[in-house]
Amino acid sequence: MSLRSTLKAYPTLLRVGLAEAVAYRAEFLVWMLTMTMPLVMLALMSAVAREAPIGRFDQNGFVSYYLTTLIVRQMTGAWVVWELVREVREGTLALRLLRPIHPLVGHSADSLAAIPMRGLIVLPVAVIMLIATSGHDVTHDPWVVVIFLASLGGAWLLNFAVSATIGTLALYMESSMSIWELWLGCFMIFSGYLLPLELFPPWLERFARLLPFAYLQAVPVEILTGMHDRTSALHQLGAQYAYAAAAVLVMALVWRRGVKRFAAFGG
Amino acid sequence: MRRYLRLFAVQLRASIELALQYRVDFFVGGAMALFWLFWNLVPMVVVWGRRPTIAGWGFWEALLVVAWFTLLRGVLEGAVQPSLVQVVEHIRKGTLDFVLIKPADAQFLVSTARFEPWRGLDSLGAIALAVYALHRLGRVPAPGEVAIALLLTIAACALLYAFAILVVSAAFWVVRLDNLIYLFNSVFDAGRWPSTVFQGAWRVLFTFVVPLALMTTYPPLALLGRLKVSTAIAGLAGAVAFVTMARLIWLRAIGHYTSASS
Repeated sequence: MSLRSTLKAYPTLLRVGLAEAVAYRAEFLVWMLTMTMPLVMLALMSAVAREAPIGRFDQNGFVSYYLTTLIVRQMTGAWVVWELVREVREGTLALRLLRPIHPLVGHSADSLAAIPMRGLIVLPVAVIMLIATSGHDVTHDPWVVVIFLASLGGAWLLNFAVSATIGTLALYMESSMSIWELWLGCFMIFSGYLLPLELFPPWLERFARLLPFAYLQAVPVEILTGMHDRTSALHQLGAQYAYAAAAVLVMALVWRRGVKRFAAFGG
Repeated sequence: MRRYLRLFAVQLRASIELALQYRVDFFVGGAMALFWLFWNLVPMVVVWGRRPTIAGWGFWEALLVVAWFTLLRGVLEGAVQPSLVQVVEHIRKGTLDFVLIKPADAQFLVSTARFEPWRGLDSLGAIALAVYALHRLGRVPAPGEVAIALLLTIAACALLYAFAILVVSAAFWVVRLDNLIYLFNSVFDAGRWPSTVFQGAWRVLFTFVVPLALMTTYPPLALLGRLKVSTAIAGLAGAVAFVTMARLIWLRAIGHYTSASS
């Protein structure tokens, strides 16, 4: 399981993952459709902003906020927790452990390989957004756009690490799925997924920005919608990657201790 | 009919006994249900904190909608979905044969196979929420209005059930469906907002395609005395038509079933 052999195998894993995503495209599409909550929120908040803007958001502002939210969510979501919990429960994790590649590395390839398919779905959304708002509420600084793309990578890494960590907890306890639900519940409120953090009362907004959730959604969205200049965008990006690195570290520790307890049930 | 009532009691008792074996789950589940009830109010508080009324809905009126949403989600997750998950599993593994050879209607058997009784706590919380909202509005609904709201709520439960039957019927053709359930849940989530806030395509979607309006908005409107009688009747008729259609599709689908293992 050396680093060299992993790196050599990774492109192949990505190709296999892409082939799988294409093969199960109906299922894939259904998964993507479950993440359309921002569109419902957009419809709601446009109704709210019809008479007068809220904060810096007029109707166009909400269009770009929620469509960017949709794009970020579609591009950076990771569902590895479902796979891991199923593999632990059904004992098929044993098969993964036999392969000469770390199971989590394999899962990360599966997750990354779906990105071209996700991009295919996201692209029309991005185009519609640019046309609908005539690009008013989107940053025009090319460097900030680059930072936004980098922040997508950070958000994916953080998502994946947390999802994999909670999935690995299935090795310790039966109810790891309820921990995932708890995480998702906090995510909905504190990440800016349902409502922009700026609309919260100031003390709640300050609190939310200390938590990791904001770096999954709000920070990339705010970078693209032009709330940050170059320096402050870079600061946010640094904080995001620091969180992601910490999450990867926790994931590795939890995995190493957990896998020792694994005894393939019914395998 | 008597026989089916007795069968229903037997199935329900089995589920309750199963649930009682996991008492810690019961308390944890109850505590979590209460927690989520309040947690889910946060976006509402934030939105209505910015505006006193949205599309004619004040905070306490919208809270009535949330109460109905919570009630129906309790029904969905406690009475409809557990059985649904089981029957999809049956179809995938081919063990549905064992259900089909039993001397009772298959749709009845599969849809009463499993209940999660502690979800009833959700419904209790919802009723408390509704009573509190009405109290804050200072409104005592007339008996007729309560009757219409009750009728609509029963229709809403029947609709949820019909949707579940449709999903199960689809499982005979496409087999892997666990994520269709998640899709339905995420669409259903929009029911926490009053449907008249939405406009254009969204309103059409939530009124006719996925009748969330009938489920979570019409009953509160009835209690507030704002629902037209004609709308209520149209809603009820629509629900009856939908349930009938679901039954017909189920009968067709079960005819399609070829055991997976043989």
